Amino acid sequence: MYKWIHQFGSPKYFYDISLRLSKWVTIACIVCFISGLYGGLVLAPADYQQGDSFRIIYVHVPAAWMSLFVYIILATSGAISLIWHIKITDIIARVSAPIGASYTFLALSTGAIWGKPMWGTYWVWDARLTSELILLFLYLGYMALQSAFDDKRIAARAGAVLALIGIINIPIIHYSVEWWSTLHQGPTITKLDKPSIHFTMLIPLLLMVIAFKTFYIATALIKIRSEILKYECNSSWVKKILGN
Amino acid sequence: MSLNNFFAMGGYATYVWSAYGISFIVLFLNIFLAVRNERKTIDELKKRLGSNNKQ
Repeated sequence: MYKWIHQFGSPKYFYDISLRLSKWVTIACIVCFISGLYGGLVLAPADYQQGDSFRIIYVHVPAAWMSLFVYIILATSGAISLIWHIKITDIIARVSAPIGASYTFLALSTGAIWGKPMWGTYWVWDARLTSELILLFLYLGYMALQSAFDDKRIAARAGAVLALIGIINIPIIHYSVEWWSTLHQGPTITKLDKPSIHFTMLIPLLLMVIAFKTFYIATALIKIRSEILKYECNSSWVKKILGN
Repeated sequence: MSLNNFFAMGGYATYVWSAYGISFIVLFLNIFLAVRNERKTIDELKKRLGSNNKQ
């Protein structure tokens, strides 16, 4: 395990793998986006209660899910770099934060737009919305920490501590609709139960979730490669790549 | 389904399309800034490498 982590943590190794990975992730992202949008906006029938406004779900739910997913990546890489002092996980955490923040912003803003016709208001201070707003502040706080320190290693360590403290917010967001009474509707898809929507509505949603996830991976890989090049600019393999 | 019906979104056009509009802008900015930063990084490093070789 330790050896594997170190091989994976080697910048050159990661760079080579990410180049190969990027192509497939990008293709998967484009395919899922197009088919998910077509399925969600055209093929899926209108909801019997919410009419066509429910179609906002196809950007809202993927953005909200992935805002949590990216945060878990952020906290996990933070933990790994605290324990093993690995450069690559510092980089993964640093480049993930702005993407996660933008997903959180999307979840909040598309949720507000959806809330207006359905609840009659853009915003309520209920548990789900408030905890998601806290998630946005956690991301922004993390990004502020990264730019506050000149020494990137100290910034990464401080950020990792913040990210690990903030992870308490993740189960709160997830269970908030069950623990507190709220305007927000219950989960659409749960692991234990049958999904509460028909499969013509469900499949586009899953496609959009994969699209958002692969979009995150594709964008992060591009950023990680730039960071690796900067970090390793004096090593011979980087000079070789740049020389071509 | 006609194209007009599609764009009307059962009367929810403003909400649905603004939600999708924001999403595309945010996603586009993400990938655009990432690619621009990658190009800038490579250009700068190449320049630095070139000036080092001349010395």
